[in-house]
Amino acid sequence: MDMATDVTIIKQHLIDPEICIRCNTCEATCPVNAITHDDNNYVVRADICNGCMACISPCPTGSIDNWRTMPVAKAYSIEEQLTWEVLPAELTPEQMEVDAADIDVAASFGAATAPVAPAGEDVFNSASFGATTPPWSAAKAFTNLYGPKNATTATVVGNYNCTDAGFDSETHHVVLDFGSMPFPVLEGQSIGIIPPGTDANGKAHMPRQYSVASPRNGERPNYNNVALTVKRVTVDHTGNPVRGVASNYVCDLKVGDKVQVVGPFGHSFLMPNHPKSHIVMICTGTGSAPMRAMTEWRRRLRASGKFEGGKLMLFFGARTQQELPYFGPLQNLPKDFIDVNLAFSRAPNQPKRYVQDVMRERAADLAQLLQDGATHIYVCGLKSMEEGVVLTLRDIVRDAGLDWDSVAGSLKKEGRLHLETY
Amino acid sequence: MSSINYSERIPNNVNLAEDRTLQRALEQWQPNFINWWDDVGPEGSTNHDVYLRTAVSVDPQGWAQFGHVKMRDYRWGIFLNPGDASREVHFGDHKGQKVWQDVPGEHRANLRRIIVTQGDTEPASVEQQRHLGLTAPSMYDLRNLFQINVEEGRHLWAMVYLLHKHFGRDGREEADALLQRTSGDVDNPRILGAFNEKTPDWLAFFMFTYFTDRDGKFQLSALAESAFDPLARTTKFMLTEEAHHMFVGESGISRTISRTCQVMNELKTDDVEKIRAAGVIDLPTIQRYLNFHYSVTIDLFGADQSSNAASFYSSGLKGRYEEGKRTDDHVLKGQTYKVLEVQNGQLVEKEAPMLNALNEVLRDDFIKDSIAGVNRWNKVIEKAGLPMRLTVPHKAFNRQIGALAGIRMSPEGKVISAAEWEGRKDEWLPTPDDRAFVASLMGRVTEAGKFANWIAPPVMGINRQPVDFEYVRFG
Repeated sequence: MDMATDVTIIKQHLIDPEICIRCNTCEATCPVNAITHDDNNYVVRADICNGCMACISPCPTGSIDNWRTMPVAKAYSIEEQLTWEVLPAELTPEQMEVDAADIDVAASFGAATAPVAPAGEDVFNSASFGATTPPWSAAKAFTNLYGPKNATTATVVGNYNCTDAGFDSETHHVVLDFGSMPFPVLEGQSIGIIPPGTDANGKAHMPRQYSVASPRNGERPNYNNVALTVKRVTVDHTGNPVRGVASNYVCDLKVGDKVQVVGPFGHSFLMPNHPKSHIVMICTGTGSAPMRAMTEWRRRLRASGKFEGGKLMLFFGARTQQELPYFGPLQNLPKDFIDVNLAFSRAPNQPKRYVQDVMRERAADLAQLLQDGATHIYVCGLKSMEEGVVLTLRDIVRDAGLDWDSVAGSLKKEGRLHLETY
Repeated sequence: MSSINYSERIPNNVNLAEDRTLQRALEQWQPNFINWWDDVGPEGSTNHDVYLRTAVSVDPQGWAQFGHVKMRDYRWGIFLNPGDASREVHFGDHKGQKVWQDVPGEHRANLRRIIVTQGDTEPASVEQQRHLGLTAPSMYDLRNLFQINVEEGRHLWAMVYLLHKHFGRDGREEADALLQRTSGDVDNPRILGAFNEKTPDWLAFFMFTYFTDRDGKFQLSALAESAFDPLARTTKFMLTEEAHHMFVGESGISRTISRTCQVMNELKTDDVEKIRAAGVIDLPTIQRYLNFHYSVTIDLFGADQSSNAASFYSSGLKGRYEEGKRTDDHVLKGQTYKVLEVQNGQLVEKEAPMLNALNEVLRDDFIKDSIAGVNRWNKVIEKAGLPMRLTVPHKAFNRQIGALAGIRMSPEGKVISAAEWEGRKDEWLPTPDDRAFVASLMGRVTEAGKFANWIAPPVMGINRQPVDFEYVRFG
């Protein structure tokens, strides 16, 4: 599939107005203020909801647990939702088709992770294969320690471009230090940053979420800091020039600046701690952040001798080598530590190659890993890659003479296939 | 019983293990609570394993842990919402001052009274509902009833915690008295009228949870604004649980209506006798139950003009519903509010000082919220293509408390003579015949996924479980 022309699909979180009793529990629970209401309905802002699922279990009715697969350009606005008496049906494949759209990677990082989109049975629904529970050996994650009402402050201690210079859409590696405030994070979790000032309506900006790119013991080992991978947004969904509020704010931060931070978020996209577990990482662009975090943690474990041969395999896609974050440092990792596979879709004078293409080339090795109960697969990046990646996994499993349903079933049930796309 | 480790047995976020005095007080109270539960709690339920939600902490993940437990072993926890060290009193004469972590001497009696009155309703409703388990229309509904019962028990714990922790010997005596009063007891009744009424059948239960637990929601919301911070934080957390109770009421009535409409359409009739003969509850009977529970419940808000209400507000003990979201001066001196009065046989509105009318303000907020749900029930009837609609009666209908007490009033709000009231009250309030008919439908259904004839199944199960899940394992 052609990633550049694919539309961005989200799992939009909705509340069923027929079942909701307007008890306000969800609105009171939501850590990012994504839920609001009027006299008629309770509704969810699609651009703010991060799919953290904090509202799901407190809801007494189950009305909170509704999701629709939507092109981001067609996402239901809250104004529309406030008028509803019943939930709309899933869109048909024809309705799903919208014009090609680019996406604000930074602004929507960490979109809904867990819920299953109830698509028609004959449609391949890649999201339904993602696990909602962490691997058994994952560390216990802390979540929602800080919300918009009690955000904590971090200090910028580093900020540099981790792609080649000279691109508008450069990607920055930003390091934040929390000083003496507790902010425990695990690889795969994300944090939110609140840009200062107000939006066009005079309201405070909502937090934007970014995956943590550093391991649990800090970007600098045993310091209370985290690293983020943030792409400067320079075009909007339709390709028009625009400066993303949050991403430009973060990319322009100077060492010593203070930022307001909320989180941490995420309790299932977590790495296994078991020293013999294998990790397959498939990502594009800033989706590399959690992969960098996991790789670095494994690297530190290996350096301290606490590592018993679990394999690391990385599939990493970008438009060009120059735009690939962390290209340099990646080259320095030992080959017997990590198996790196890069795919460039816009390399000059080269045929387009996507991560799926490279995965197919490595089908023999992947097939072996897919049969191993110690293998954990992580997918992070553009939404449009998700279906292609899961379909490729399916093909590899079938070509190896295995039953996809049973393999996929175990992967999901055992928390070994995690999808985080946006 | 002293060998029990209460800090483990009672999930809490109040450092119970570190407060020996409090722990001893609760150690003495706890066996009495269990005795009370055994004596007047859910009848015949001792051996059931019930799929219950237990709160083990106040964050989203710990908030709702589901599993099969015996109710007697339910872990009644003590939880306060997280505190905010910078929180200030945001209404009344103390506005702008730091909230109180301890009870100020001058407000001690009033606060104790507020907490005892709230606390008294919690065990009362368990007592009122104790026989309902024997006639549950499904395993799903039985589970919902028990969930409400254990959470009312937890709310009692929450109030008893405040009494023990902050009111010394008086508090301990009040905590004991909460277990001694009994709903409907002639000699030692519960404090509030509605909590001495019977809840004889499931239609009454659903009406009770819809209307009367909603009174709870509004009272708790007003207390969640309190300057006495432990009370505010306790009631805030109770509110999240109260939501489930109102859900049971709203969806229960909705499912009852849905089943009735289905039968009416199948038989193509609105003849009450035919509908009753088909074993479902006719809409006029539902309307009469609604009139009764609505009017009894709005009495709970107290007299329409009350100097107590004014002093509770001005002294910061009890705010208004969503106080923080209102944009007035939060002091309310010199402002007025419209209250109803009867003059020369006619209802007239008159301006009363806002502070004295705060009971009426809360009552009107409740009314608005109640009507929204009644409109949702009407959508069910509308969807079935039937013309009838349910309404809430006039707020002066069938009142026993305040300036409107004892006035003869039609549900539409017309003042009528005593003779007309006598002649027509059976049209408006449930008759012994109505109650006998509803009671006749109350057979127990215990098979998973099966429902009594008079009620439709829910659209979804609890905690994403299927509707035919084994919500109760009968021991």
